[in-house]
Amino acid sequence: MNHSGASGRRSTLIALASTLVFAAVLVLVVSNAPGWPSVKQAFFNGEVFRDSLGVIPEAFLVNVKIFLIAEVLILPFALLIAVLRSLPGPVFFPLRALAVVYADLFRGIPTILVIYMLGFGVPALGLSWLPIDPLFWGVVALVLVYSAYVSEVYRAGIESVHPSQTAAARSLGLSHVTALRFVVLPQAVRRVVPPLLNDFIGLQKDTALVGLLGVVEAFRQSQIEVASTFNYTPYLVTAILFVLLTIPLARLTDWLVARDRRRQLAAGGAL
Amino acid sequence: MRKAIALLVSVALLGATAACGSDDDEAAPATTAPATEETDTATEATTEEEPDPCAKEELVTVVDGSLTIATDNPAFPPWFQDEEGAPWDPTTPATGLGYEAAVAYAVAEQLGFTMDEVRWAVVPFNNVFRPGPKDFDFDINQVSYLPARDEAVDFSDSYYDVEQAVVTLKGSEFASAASLADLQGAKLGAQVGTTSYNAIVELIQPSQDPAVYDRNDDAIRALQNKQIDGIVVDFPSTGYITAVQVPNATVVGRLPAGEEYFGLVFEEGNPLRDCVNEAIAALQSDGSIAQFQEEWINTAAPPVLE
Repeated sequence: MNHSGASGRRSTLIALASTLVFAAVLVLVVSNAPGWPSVKQAFFNGEVFRDSLGVIPEAFLVNVKIFLIAEVLILPFALLIAVLRSLPGPVFFPLRALAVVYADLFRGIPTILVIYMLGFGVPALGLSWLPIDPLFWGVVALVLVYSAYVSEVYRAGIESVHPSQTAAARSLGLSHVTALRFVVLPQAVRRVVPPLLNDFIGLQKDTALVGLLGVVEAFRQSQIEVASTFNYTPYLVTAILFVLLTIPLARLTDWLVARDRRRQLAAGGAL
Repeated sequence: MRKAIALLVSVALLGATAACGSDDDEAAPATTAPATEETDTATEATTEEEPDPCAKEELVTVVDGSLTIATDNPAFPPWFQDEEGAPWDPTTPATGLGYEAAVAYAVAEQLGFTMDEVRWAVVPFNNVFRPGPKDFDFDINQVSYLPARDEAVDFSDSYYDVEQAVVTLKGSEFASAASLADLQGAKLGAQVGTTSYNAIVELIQPSQDPAVYDRNDDAIRALQNKQIDGIVVDFPSTGYITAVQVPNATVVGRLPAGEEYFGLVFEEGNPLRDCVNEAIAALQSDGSIAQFQEEWINTAAPPVLE
């Protein structure tokens, strides 16, 4: 124990020293670049930074709203797609095919195009019973795209549960649905939480694409600031806001992965 | 300790962001880097020896012997157009048609460049003021002078004193608006980064937040979709919008004019600007600019909304 404590301290010191050297080299290289003064003025302007802090965080709430709504909708919708895709038997072929086509289509089309086509295309139909709110269609587009990704994550989880478990459950008299609900899904979902959160980090960033439809979210607001000052510092403010939002989720994912690993190792030891 | 490391890493990341930025600036317009240096030495030399720094052989341009002018793609009437009166693609042969085309070629002629010596470059509106060297001599793309913008780039004197105008659909409740107050309840849209957006926020001050789009085309699409009640654009652009793009649209009125004007955009400190200003002054005094306006810009102006 004593030994490992000392070597732990030593590793930390080495890590600290190497980080310091790395950062120092980076700072030297950047600050000696011929264009640094103009880059500093254009990207790291303190005055513009403070001015942006007044307006961009408010617009960022729109991004938060978009991804909170989208995430809540994606979780059950993607699960439905994944379950459809794992239905057995020839009767369910049309549903399985539909789920495959869906996942292929929406993972294949660039998100920005889905947003553009839904946000400007559907309202152009002129159907009075359909909403025309760009925020609505932006969220719909993100739900469609990210559900395709997340359904594949779920499917990987479902397929990772050994078929013998389903067989055992069925032999105990559980129906396919009950076996799925009580035996397969609880294990599957637990296994895919880290990659699932990873997709959500992607979703958080893609909320900026909804700005395309006229919604003033953080990126759009920073563009407005950039255009009125001809200075790029507002982009830095937006980038920091997105990172601040992403870090807690990233750390949570790391923690979940580590916990899962510990549990698996513990189980292995017990065996 | 973890906090300290996290702090260091974030500092390093910031540094990395900056490094990427500077890389970009150097990589993209590689061709211009030497030209900029030459510019400096050339001006020093000319001020000492040459009586006329605006003589064509003294001008230092991005491409030797040519004048490189930038605009967005597509470039819309009445600013640019092709033989059929449709928007002009600057990567296709120049037509010289449209108000900005006329001004650009007239300025080029004043500087001593023939029509064949003018090159066109495509630069989207929001890239015009990117810091660092430019790969064009000047940009002509309805960029309004603003003091803050002037800190990042240089503007020529006015080649057009601009007013903003509101466009809505015929039959909209705002089509008959007679004052700014009548537009209070309207959901208005504009292109991001334009003074049209500023006009909504500062002049009209509607109760609903404006919608902001990447391009005017998107704003026009949203207007057709009735996602917004109206768009604000510079007045000369309304002619093409109401005549071709949205035939069932109408100009509600112009907005009270400020001191707003369009200027040609130069890289900060480009000495070419002074010569171009002389050219613009000459075109103003010999009536060319007025004649271009008469030729290309609809002067049957709707009322000003107060």
